[in-house]
Amino acid sequence: MMMITTAHYLVLAAILFSLSVAGIFLNRKNVILLLMCIELMLLAVNFNFIAFSRMLNDTLGQVFVFFILTVAAAEAAIGLAILVVLFRNTQSINVEELDRLKR
Amino acid sequence: MLFYAFAAILVVAALGVITARNPVHAALFLVLAFVQSAVLWLMIDAEFLAIALVLVYVGAVMVLFLFVVMMLDINVEELRKGFTKYLPLGVAVALIVVLEIGHVIWFRSQGLAFLSTPTPHPANYSNTKELGAVLYTQHVYAFEIASVILLLAIVAAITLTMRHRAGLKAQDVAKQVAVRREDRVRIVKVETSTDR
Repeated sequence: MMMITTAHYLVLAAILFSLSVAGIFLNRKNVILLLMCIELMLLAVNFNFIAFSRMLNDTLGQVFVFFILTVAAAEAAIGLAILVVLFRNTQSINVEELDRLKR
Repeated sequence: MLFYAFAAILVVAALGVITARNPVHAALFLVLAFVQSAVLWLMIDAEFLAIALVLVYVGAVMVLFLFVVMMLDINVEELRKGFTKYLPLGVAVALIVVLEIGHVIWFRSQGLAFLSTPTPHPANYSNTKELGAVLYTQHVYAFEIASVILLLAIVAAITLTMRHRAGLKAQDVAKQVAVRREDRVRIVKVETSTDR
């Protein structure tokens, strides 16, 4: 039986990160899905932090993840608030219609 | 093995997030991904963060997401246009990222001892205690800044979404306090007839 090493976690985080990058490419019109993909990306980053923190026996990595979670929660709240205001004003969340600054 | 099972469900959930037709399904897949990640974090001895992930993300952030997704009346079909157009590019970028990182981590580091299994903790190890010991001493300023960021998020979210609707019946306390007698009471001299 193979032991689970830090490398397993790092590869899993890499897969997760690239899936969310692909998600940003695929759903590049839908702001809600873009926000979800960013959350998924932050999760992959947190995986790396925790894996390395465990590997080096250093809690600093976990403290950093704690702060990333805090900032990500704040970002999600403000992002969704902006989204609600946007939808109220334009009746759409399509990224391609958000070109008001160009005109 | 347990790790592979949870990792497989996590990858499937992430795939579901990026390919789901309905945004509500995407949000629910994201909940699944967060729960699987919490279990994986438990397996690597990060108990406090695993619980925090479930409480903060599944309990608060994803509920907020679902709330917003269900509140907005979105034309999904319109937003799905161009999905297949960008499919090859997205898959190519994802594959390149995975292959590069995987190559570096997996094949170049097989001989490195530090990437092997970490030493197990003693039986009386408490992840929460250890995290709290440094969080409130060494990183106390960062902790305070984090609390200010959360306050900022509250204020920003409320000020952004608050709006004043015209014709809404609401109290204006300042106006009520500043009212004077002349505004409310009108003294009328009633003429009384004397010829009875």
